[in-house]
Amino acid sequence: MSQDIFVVIEHLRGGVADISYVMLAAARSLAQGTGGQVVAVLLGKDAQKLAGDLAADKVLYGDSPALAEFTSEAYQIALAKLIEEKSPRAVLFGHTTIGADVAGGLSAKLSLPLVSSVRTLTSDAKFISQICGGKIMAEGDLPSPTALVTMVPGGTKTEEGQSAQSPAIETFAAPALDNLRVALKKYIEPEAGDVDIAKEQFLVSVGRGIQLKDNIEMAKELAAALGAQVSASRPIVDQGWLPTSRLVGKSGKRVKPKVYLALGISGAPEHVEGMGESDTIIAVNTDPNAPIFNVAKYGTTADLLELVPALIEKAKQAV
Amino acid sequence: MKIAVPVKFVPDLVEELTIDAGGAALDTSWLRLIINEFDDHAVEQAILLKERGGGEVTVIAAEAEGVDDFLFTAAAKGADHLIKLTGDFSGGMNSHAAARALADLFKEIQPDLILTGVQAHNDLDGSVGSLLAEYLGMPYVGYVAGVTSANGSVIARKEYPGGIIAEMEVKLPAVLGIQAAEQPPRYVAYNKIRQVMGTSKIEERAIASLDSNGGATVSRMSKPEPAQRATLIEGSPEEVANQLIGIFKELGVM
Repeated sequence: MSQDIFVVIEHLRGGVADISYVMLAAARSLAQGTGGQVVAVLLGKDAQKLAGDLAADKVLYGDSPALAEFTSEAYQIALAKLIEEKSPRAVLFGHTTIGADVAGGLSAKLSLPLVSSVRTLTSDAKFISQICGGKIMAEGDLPSPTALVTMVPGGTKTEEGQSAQSPAIETFAAPALDNLRVALKKYIEPEAGDVDIAKEQFLVSVGRGIQLKDNIEMAKELAAALGAQVSASRPIVDQGWLPTSRLVGKSGKRVKPKVYLALGISGAPEHVEGMGESDTIIAVNTDPNAPIFNVAKYGTTADLLELVPALIEKAKQAV
Repeated sequence: MKIAVPVKFVPDLVEELTIDAGGAALDTSWLRLIINEFDDHAVEQAILLKERGGGEVTVIAAEAEGVDDFLFTAAAKGADHLIKLTGDFSGGMNSHAAARALADLFKEIQPDLILTGVQAHNDLDGSVGSLLAEYLGMPYVGYVAGVTSANGSVIARKEYPGGIIAEMEVKLPAVLGIQAAEQPPRYVAYNKIRQVMGTSKIEERAIASLDSNGGATVSRMSKPEPAQRATLIEGSPEEVANQLIGIFKELGVM
């Protein structure tokens, strides 16, 4: 077994996902303790060019037509063989629609321990995970021999995992990928026509605290009065109260407005991933322990159902 | 088509969570448990598939406070079989242990399709669905919002960031991790649930022992120490509104 730290690079439709760089930076701090190398594992078809700015000591690249687009099954087969052969100290995956689809299967298949939702890895081989909607941090020793880890963003900066120097690329032979049971049929683009919330400077964003579908109208009225646009967290979109085009977070859009007014949003990590880089976050939530207050610059525990009508009135007066 | 939906109860995040005296686990004495919301969506998706294409839906949960009510509610929505796993779960059940226990059950029931929540907020060793698939030798696709069945396969709509959807064809038998059903979990009136309580039966299955190998040991739990903490604005709704308008103006968005 080696002391190397593997990072499974995530990419979709020709672009490397930011979580890949976050993981490379986390891998670096872990590798400083183990004395091993940071090895980026890249799978794809003619995808070597994606390795250009990865801050890794080397890149292991596996090429196959079956790896042209992500499918959990092909990735899992290719990675299982590689991990068995190389026995690294840890393999990092994004806690994402890509990484989390693969890490569990590998843990079961290879009988290797798995730690999920990890935000920080330390040089003394400890993990710190963020669970319970961001309300609890759980830490412990990174299990042996090879720890599989799924990572959430927030612990390290994207830039720390980028490098101006291209790493050396070593190609490995991907195993036969025949008779696969999972196949990509097609991608469906998001519906066009609605406003692009990623380009807006002022968002009034609603979460579960809005309570009723009818109250969405109130948020829309406030947005109109403020010259802002309405966005939402996952539960609101799942209820069908606002369209998917308005979704902020891990599975929605990443927004960076000047002002993000969060109404009744708890601030779960999946949501913060999409709005944490807003210039100024203002949180309205009756729960003083809501994690949203940890990312907000201003906050109030006022009841939004009372506050919003007052805000609408003041906003109309102010214009 | 035989559809199975294993579900899990999780701490209600609306309540304040406290860490126990040992410092490495949640204090469970006052913990209120609710259904993992992704599992609730998985039940809804299973019922939708049954309504469209026929079949049988089995919902499975480990015993906990509120589980019977949840199972009867699932039956009122259209689930055909209800199974409760019983045993000593006082030491907790991680995803690996749950997946192994469920794998034993499913080897017997042999479902064509297993739908389960893509994750739970207290998972620390991956999601049950992804582990379960491998223990059963089935393919797994997670973050699914929408499923249609087609000739020995299903088409799963997998969500990617930015609102992009990938249509994945998955051969059955398979496990899907559900992010959201095609429609919000339906509401059932209490009198309908009461009716079902009289006619449906919860089958109990004893789990002799749990094998939690494959997870990590937690040595310390804590509440996050924020790098910053919001400046609190207090007062009546009107006062708070006035201050917020002032802030909006100062930041140049009004």
